[in-house]
Amino acid sequence: MIPRHLLIGVAVLLIAVLGMSVYAWHMRGRVAAIPGQPAADTRALVPTFSGPTERATLFVAFDEDGSLRPRSAQIPLPTGRQQRAEELLSALLTIYLDKTSPHTLAPGADVRSVFLVDPGVAVIDLNSAFADGHRSGVLVEDLTITSLIHTLSANIPGVLKVKILVDGKERETLAGHADLTGFYDVTAVNQLSTQLQPVQ
Amino acid sequence: MRWNKLLRSGGLQRFVTRIFRPVWSRSLLISAPTLLAAILLFAAAPDKHLSVYSTAANYSLPVVQRDRRDYVGLLEVLEPLGRVSAKFDGQRWRLRYNNRVEGDFFVGKTRVRVQGHDAELPARFLLENGRGLVPISALASLLPRFLGGPVTVHEDSDRLFIGSIATHFTASLAGDNPPKLVFHFTTPVNPSVSTEPGALRMTFSREPLVAPALPTLTFGSKVIPSATYAETNGGAAITVSSPVPLIASFSADGRTATISPTSPATAQTVVAPPTPPAPAGIAVPAGPSPISHRYFAVIDASHGGDDRGETLSPTLFEKDVTVALARSLRQELESRGITVLDLRDSDATFSLDQRAYLTNNNRVAVYIALHATASGHGVRIYTALMPYGGDDRGPFHSWTTSQQAFLTLSQSAAADIASEFQKRQIPVRALTAPLRPLNNITTAALAVEVAPQGSDLMQLTAPDYQQLVTSAVATAIAADRDRLGAPR
Repeated sequence: MIPRHLLIGVAVLLIAVLGMSVYAWHMRGRVAAIPGQPAADTRALVPTFSGPTERATLFVAFDEDGSLRPRSAQIPLPTGRQQRAEELLSALLTIYLDKTSPHTLAPGADVRSVFLVDPGVAVIDLNSAFADGHRSGVLVEDLTITSLIHTLSANIPGVLKVKILVDGKERETLAGHADLTGFYDVTAVNQLSTQLQPVQ
Repeated sequence: MRWNKLLRSGGLQRFVTRIFRPVWSRSLLISAPTLLAAILLFAAAPDKHLSVYSTAANYSLPVVQRDRRDYVGLLEVLEPLGRVSAKFDGQRWRLRYNNRVEGDFFVGKTRVRVQGHDAELPARFLLENGRGLVPISALASLLPRFLGGPVTVHEDSDRLFIGSIATHFTASLAGDNPPKLVFHFTTPVNPSVSTEPGALRMTFSREPLVAPALPTLTFGSKVIPSATYAETNGGAAITVSSPVPLIASFSADGRTATISPTSPATAQTVVAPPTPPAPAGIAVPAGPSPISHRYFAVIDASHGGDDRGETLSPTLFEKDVTVALARSLRQELESRGITVLDLRDSDATFSLDQRAYLTNNNRVAVYIALHATASGHGVRIYTALMPYGGDDRGPFHSWTTSQQAFLTLSQSAAADIASEFQKRQIPVRALTAPLRPLNNITTAALAVEVAPQGSDLMQLTAPDYQQLVTSAVATAIAADRDRLGAPR
């Protein structure tokens, strides 16, 4: 004969378990309904901001003579630094993905996001199509890296070092040559950008 | 019981004698087993052996097959190279080399531990009669941990090159009537020569001869149309094809072999090389100087193995062009009296850290990485684009910024090389690049990226263009020798 108080205790516990299950199920549904889950965010970084435009300098790579040339562009730029950085790189990629691109990138190449972390750290997160489809070669990879970093540092003051990720993860090289394991020194990259100026 | 009685009484002998009497009895009994043994001996495949080439000695070791893989005794590989001892404590086989490096091997396991670092063998470690056996394919990654220098394994032909030991050769046609094929070797050679209808073969069983850029060399001559390089079972052979009988002669220093047509009367003559060959399996000094020397330059043929580098064409990869460039540069530097350590002379895989470690460990004066590309024209000379910061702590320098103290020297060497290219009217640029392992090198370090001069991609594989590039680099390095080699 099972004591009565034990039966009541087990029944109460069962009810509590059922109640918790229903509550957990309900909460799971609410979390799934929240938009912008990071894992599912595969948005292309096309210029999305449609506010007032500003003049910015993009540093565009040219494969024909292996040079980097400044190009002035009127771009809609938001006030937030991080959003400005993303818009700048989006504008740069729009040039590279164009049919008349002077420095072709693979179809689907994109910058997933840019993070600015004080003091002076910028993290550029490329998508896998950008790195996987990038042409291999010391100079061709050098041009891409310099173009991204110099465009960022020339328009976003205070960036001292830049880390490049691919799909949110560290990768050894961009396409077999350019090292992605360390932080790029913006001063050194800007000096390289000077070396890459077209010969007059 | 019955057999014992038969033997004791000599019944068996009588029985056998009766059967074979009266014809050949005794002669057949002796000759049959001899004949059988001879048939088995000739029918069996030749014993496999691993040829080992090093600055200390050249030697060969027996190869055994286990689990369908070629294995070799690790202690026997290391024994001629230094002091080596091994001990088995029931669980692990501990190998000690030069009282400096210790490795633990576990019977039946693929995991090994050398100097506290774990590594994986491609197949399990075996212990047979106290001999520790490792797969030959493991030697490329295992031996550098013991020896502290690069090794190259030619797995298909069972040849092991320790350090920068390879002998290279060039072949060119001289004279018209009759034409002569002249081979130049970078070290003295002593091949055995044999002829057969339509070919003359030089077999190099003790020389660390390595393949030219292409295994078949063509000369555009009807008399001597081509020569083919091949490796098999611990040796290398050059076969010169010709419709006429050929004869080989060697220079006194053993570095030059001249192949020329002979008269029909001497068509089958086998010409002996200058000195008789030493018996196989006995260690002989490699080259004229057995003293290990300090290398002045490290040449690094970038990429290799699974890392093909840039795909230059569907059949041409950057990793293959860089090896050919490295061989050419090595010849150019050595002809100027500069000692060279060639990190990669085969399709071996080296990590960037390994390349930096081997360079720094050998305390060379200059490191030259070689790259090839289809984009652009001419040559680019790169020095390190240093990453941000670094984390130097007192006497300990950050691995990522090891090059910092040598950057000025590297840039100066790069400028001198660029100037040499300009003199030769080859388009050149000197740039910085985030290109590992340049930033990890603790000496002058630069990378040379070679592109074709025009639109013809095949120029990258043309020996004359390769030599044009490498001779410019070698000339600049030789001119800079005092400054680069100055004590630091």
